Amino acid sequence: MSDSLESEVKTNPQGDPITSAAPAPATATKVGRKDPHAEAKKQKIVTPEYMFSEAPREREFITGSECAKEAVRRSNVDMSIAYPITPQSETLQLIGVLYGEGYVKEFYRGEEEYGVMSAMAGGSRAGVRCFTATAGPGTLRGLEPIASWPGHRLPLVAMFTCRVVNAPLAIQPDNIEIAYLLNCGMIVFHAENQQDLFDYIMKAFIISEMNDVTLPVGVCCDGFFVTHARGYCAMQDKGLKLPAREAWRGAVPVLDAENPPARLSRDAPVQKSNFMAYNIHAVWQQEVWAAVERSRKYIDLYMDGLLEAQNVEDADVLLIASGSMAGQCREAIRMCTEKGIKAGLIKIRSLRPFPTKELRKLCAKAKLIVVPEFNYVGWLAKDVATAIYGYSKAKIVAGPHVYGGMSMPVEMIYDEIECGLTGKKSATVPSSAIMGTVDPDEVAHFMQNI
Amino acid sequence: MSLDYVKFTPGFGKFMPKEYRDMVDFGPFGKKTSVSQVGTFKEILEEHPMCAGCAMTLFIRLAMIAFPNPEDTITVGTAGCGRLAISQAAIPFVYGNYGDQNGVASGLARGLKLRFGDKPKDVVVMAGDGGMADIGFAQTLHSWFRKEKFTTIMLDNEVYGNTGGQESGMTNKGQVLKMAPLGKKFEKMDMLGMAKVAGCAYVATVVPNNPRRVESVIKKAVLIAREVGPTYIQAYTSCNIEYAIPTEKVLEDCNVVENDRYKFSEYISDEAKEALAHLYGYKEYLPKPAKAIE
Repeated sequence: MSDSLESEVKTNPQGDPITSAAPAPATATKVGRKDPHAEAKKQKIVTPEYMFSEAPREREFITGSECAKEAVRRSNVDMSIAYPITPQSETLQLIGVLYGEGYVKEFYRGEEEYGVMSAMAGGSRAGVRCFTATAGPGTLRGLEPIASWPGHRLPLVAMFTCRVVNAPLAIQPDNIEIAYLLNCGMIVFHAENQQDLFDYIMKAFIISEMNDVTLPVGVCCDGFFVTHARGYCAMQDKGLKLPAREAWRGAVPVLDAENPPARLSRDAPVQKSNFMAYNIHAVWQQEVWAAVERSRKYIDLYMDGLLEAQNVEDADVLLIASGSMAGQCREAIRMCTEKGIKAGLIKIRSLRPFPTKELRKLCAKAKLIVVPEFNYVGWLAKDVATAIYGYSKAKIVAGPHVYGGMSMPVEMIYDEIECGLTGKKSATVPSSAIMGTVDPDEVAHFMQNI
Repeated sequence: MSLDYVKFTPGFGKFMPKEYRDMVDFGPFGKKTSVSQVGTFKEILEEHPMCAGCAMTLFIRLAMIAFPNPEDTITVGTAGCGRLAISQAAIPFVYGNYGDQNGVASGLARGLKLRFGDKPKDVVVMAGDGGMADIGFAQTLHSWFRKEKFTTIMLDNEVYGNTGGQESGMTNKGQVLKMAPLGKKFEKMDMLGMAKVAGCAYVATVVPNNPRRVESVIKKAVLIAREVGPTYIQAYTSCNIEYAIPTEKVLEDCNVVENDRYKFSEYISDEAKEALAHLYGYKEYLPKPAKAIE
């Protein structure tokens, strides 16, 4: 292969994990032995603002798993706990490499996801910055502790490389697991590609630890499409890192016997006894979701908004998508342009908090909204319909859907646009999943069925 | 630093509840207290919502008196009777999810180690037999195999007491309980054996009717976990409600069970003996001097 074709720098060529091996046995003299942590020790702390907006970046062509590794390298992560599951395994084994190199201070392979997510809770309570990742069945196995992180107000970042969860067993991309994460009280981002994944993970740490947020952040991406495929990722110098977590900053004190009041279970007062007043739990839940709301300003500040709009001015048709589906939608819009249909794209970056206000504004004049998804149930369409109900007269198509690991043919999206505009019956989206503007009964039926 | 967090901001002391002032003035923080001094200092666990005559509460109370550095101790537990008392104590307590205590403690102990290095920060898990041997089994065993440096204490009442008396893995064979209508069909689980196989540096059984012994095993377990590796204490803490033990006979029952299946046993690894002898002055574990040749 010629040099010109291989000109991209690969920071993480496959096989690199050798760097995490234990140092060679000491020989007679230690002179000349390389400190495996030398590079990590030289990292310079910069402000989040500098890191995210000003630091010069170099573009590399790497996989999503490698992007996650590079994000963690620059995020001053204290502890990471790993457990393998396809398609996540590569990510955490690469974090293991970072541990070997001293970029991550503590790392171990846990027993299974329930144990891992519990230990993440322990680490976050100790006041250190924690990162883990899982996928599909692992997400559901760990869901009990995951769903309790927000209530315990534990800042940490978990990456979800979405895959099929239901029987029959499969490892293919299908983002049904996000439906379960949306109602936990955690912040949930959905990355479209390698670049998003890199940026969202780093920003997630900073947003998660803001005093008025103090919540876990889930950074989701579609498995394989993002984790295993290579894409361009513009990254800051690896000699830079974010400021460390300041344990005293959280809205709820860490349990280190240094910061009063340290008795979360007694003083908070959650879980005081079996007979805790319902109103105490109610206000605690309200506060968790209020913290989700308060994160909006930081998402606006660091991530340039909860959504990204493209060609929405004067568009008759809006495609609303999150994750990798946004890429397919861009291609569908190109087809629409060729055929003279004015179509625009809204890519949702943050699913929790959800960009309700933004959508109400952007969707006000649209005639047709199509919400394609990589799952059967259409969790995004439900949120979109709920958000804009009463604020838009658009016909909303909850589909098309592909699931079980299929990729979305652009033609399928285009067909829905055409059917939606012409009134032709769709071959793939049932009429119960289409909210029209004519018949109130139809609307009611739709709201019941989504 | 730790001691500061239990003290008042200057000038605010007189506005604090008496219970809190007593804790600062007469509590065990920063002092060496012993079960023989009970009544002369304010204990970190006094008020609690446990049943009258509960042996588990007595054990938890004794265990907390025995903590070598209560001001630097964080307890971790799970659902069950025990946490209703533990959560009322004047030291931090983590109550997470069902059976997650040894996983949480793993992350917590490692995180505290990262932040505080060799400064003692003792993590002590206290959970019931169901939480530890049944629902939390994998995390318990794996934390031992990983040699996590914290203490695990099982409050073994041989039943799911808090949910109303169902069979647990630690129930004795033949015992009729809810969910065991024909009697339990398999043996009490040998968690002591498993603790040794999994590499615990210290394993002991204890009953609460011998306070000095409880104090001794807790102190050793916490200190060994701090210096060497995982430690396990299995305590018989009867449920007088589900096993219908008259309140005045609770300690008598402890004696009976001690003589039956809870005889005092203690295992200490050589490394743990050395640590106790050299770091904490346990003379009985100093290597015996060689006998003079006669």
